[in-house]
Amino acid sequence: MFALLSYFRPDTATAAGTLLAPVRWRPLEILFWLVAASLLWLAPSKVLLLNEIAILALFVLSLDLILGYAGIVSLGHGAFLGVGAYAAGLLGKHGFTDPVMGLLIAGAAAGLLGFVTSFLVLRGTDLTKLMVTLGVALILRELANKFGNITGGADGLTGVVMGPVLGLFEFDIFGKTAYGYSLTVLFILFYVARRLVNSPYGLMLRAIKGNSLRTGAMGVPTNHRLVTIYTIAAVYAGIAGALLAQTSQFVSLDVLDFHRSADALLILVLGGSGQLWGAVIGSIAFKIMYDYLAAITPQYWQFWLGLVLVLIVLFGKGGILGFVNSSREWLAHRLGKGAAK
Amino acid sequence: MNRRHLFAAAAASLALFAATGAHAQQTVKIGLILPMSGPFASTGRQIEGMAKLYMAQHGNMVAGKKIELIVKDDTGTADVTKRIAQELVVNEKVSVLAGFGLTPLALATAPIATQAKVPTIVMAAATSIITEQSPYIVRTGFTLPQVTAPLAEWAPKNGIKKVVTLVSDYGPGHDAEKAFKETFAKGGGQVLAELRVPMANPEFAPFLQRARDAKPDALFVFVPSGVGSAVMKQFAERELAKDGIRLIVTGDVLDDDILNGMGDTALGVVSSHHYSAAHNSPENKALVEAFKKSNNMRPNFHGVGGYDGMHLIYQALKKTNGDADGTKLLEAMKGQSWTSPRGPVSIDPETRDIVQNVFIRKVEKVNGELYNVEFATIEKVKDPVKAAKK
Repeated sequence: MFALLSYFRPDTATAAGTLLAPVRWRPLEILFWLVAASLLWLAPSKVLLLNEIAILALFVLSLDLILGYAGIVSLGHGAFLGVGAYAAGLLGKHGFTDPVMGLLIAGAAAGLLGFVTSFLVLRGTDLTKLMVTLGVALILRELANKFGNITGGADGLTGVVMGPVLGLFEFDIFGKTAYGYSLTVLFILFYVARRLVNSPYGLMLRAIKGNSLRTGAMGVPTNHRLVTIYTIAAVYAGIAGALLAQTSQFVSLDVLDFHRSADALLILVLGGSGQLWGAVIGSIAFKIMYDYLAAITPQYWQFWLGLVLVLIVLFGKGGILGFVNSSREWLAHRLGKGAAK
Repeated sequence: MNRRHLFAAAAASLALFAATGAHAQQTVKIGLILPMSGPFASTGRQIEGMAKLYMAQHGNMVAGKKIELIVKDDTGTADVTKRIAQELVVNEKVSVLAGFGLTPLALATAPIATQAKVPTIVMAAATSIITEQSPYIVRTGFTLPQVTAPLAEWAPKNGIKKVVTLVSDYGPGHDAEKAFKETFAKGGGQVLAELRVPMANPEFAPFLQRARDAKPDALFVFVPSGVGSAVMKQFAERELAKDGIRLIVTGDVLDDDILNGMGDTALGVVSSHHYSAAHNSPENKALVEAFKKSNNMRPNFHGVGGYDGMHLIYQALKKTNGDADGTKLLEAMKGQSWTSPRGPVSIDPETRDIVQNVFIRKVEKVNGELYNVEFATIEKVKDPVKAAKK
């Protein structure tokens, strides 16, 4: 009973209280999800873009789990996105049209690949990790290209049929079902990730990120922990890929392209890594900037986007979230000083 | 009259009202989706430039309707193309979708065209199967078998009996390889080896060596526009010509966009295609001059697909008297024929693919610049893949 009470009312004076403080949902967080859901009715003309943002956010979130919390650098995270997309697409093409079932199977397929490749990835230094993850993604892309009779090769996988979500919501041309579906999945997985990173397991990951030699010496099975998080992140990315395939009912080779992995890394840096929300905020900022700039100048939007990114990295340490936090601290500091006078 | 009848009557009048409302719409919007950034940006630039040029030349009023062009960049990524197409249909209420730089981009959009009954003009993507994916897709570019088969017909008549084929390993490449082999065999030719190069980071040296070892009369090459320079360079460096091996290619390899930068190694190479900037007709001369003035570059074969696509939309609107209903526009597009800068063309009412002349050309120097100069014409070529299915 005592434990339950302290869960709801964390007490920062005790160690347990300090650990529980970030677990509590802040009003701003709840507001965010309410606004995100209400956009389904408030901004019907933007739901297609919002759907893309939700899927991207889930993908970047999965990268944050390994990079932000466990310190595993990856340039090939797109591999899992691709496996999930092709798994879901192929299921839809061959008659298994239930979206939720497809989502789970696609996640499992990506997770399996994540588990197997984690043993390769966890060897060696950061540079080796970059190369190995990059290599795995390249190999998968070439495989998808070579087995054109299964994947559709460079023409892409057509004829993906999707049944209604939970047997109730038919995918419509306005993208309402798509957004509602993607947002729900993102919310559930965000909730799970939030619990995960604030659990003792999550804290241990952060300790491993800080100094893996030392955690090893303390008796933490470092590799075991890293394999687990790598696999979980792969499942997340696979589900993001499955959402992409199911809501667009098409899969092409570019789901395995290098730019997907690179974009995810960029967005994570933009939003701020190691804070979960950074992935979501980064995705929103990136896509809205893209949509806005590309509408003004379809040819040269990349230049402006690049400029903004450079500025953010230069002046906002820790991405957008880091910038917000440091300005808040600065403001509080100034106000505090003013009050003292 | 019970309540249900009243309800139905109200609904019907509402529907009628909505229909007349749509009818009275004075603007016809065209959504042009192109890769404007990324590796295929040159295709996007060509088509956008041509579409805008067409509108500058012909005005933006057709049959009392104002034409509005909305250009969007899809970065060459299929899910983005589809999302943009969906947004254009749902939010902007476009009457026509157009563009599509690559096959998967067109394929991803096909269900939208069918669902929303919006005519979709494929201006660049060239795999044969695209028009079969939706009854609302019309093509004004070309198909690879369409431009490959004439070359395979020409070759055996001109002393080329044994050939090694070299294509990029993806849909259009496989199309080209198959079309060449089949037609070439009919003319008594023999394909000694079929080589496929990976799309990403192609290294041609080992393939060219294998081609040389097979001792053919000629090497047939298809690679997408842009990769062509590397093939030409390595073919010259490895001196295959010294072993008496000729080079025959589809026009993609000798894209007008990059041809002049290839240098003299390209001189004399024979190719087949549906458009060359050097095509000798008053329409084309005017077009090349206007395009050079407005965009400071030569038009290429993708560009002319964009120009004709716009023309087709204008013609169809004229025929329907400005009625932008999707199905009516589509019907008006079928069977259209006109004199394009590339020569006489028409839209096959059955397959919705373009029927056009294909030319055999040779690279020559004209006024100090390299051009594909046409020397033989095969008239009214249909897509051979669909013709064979009948």
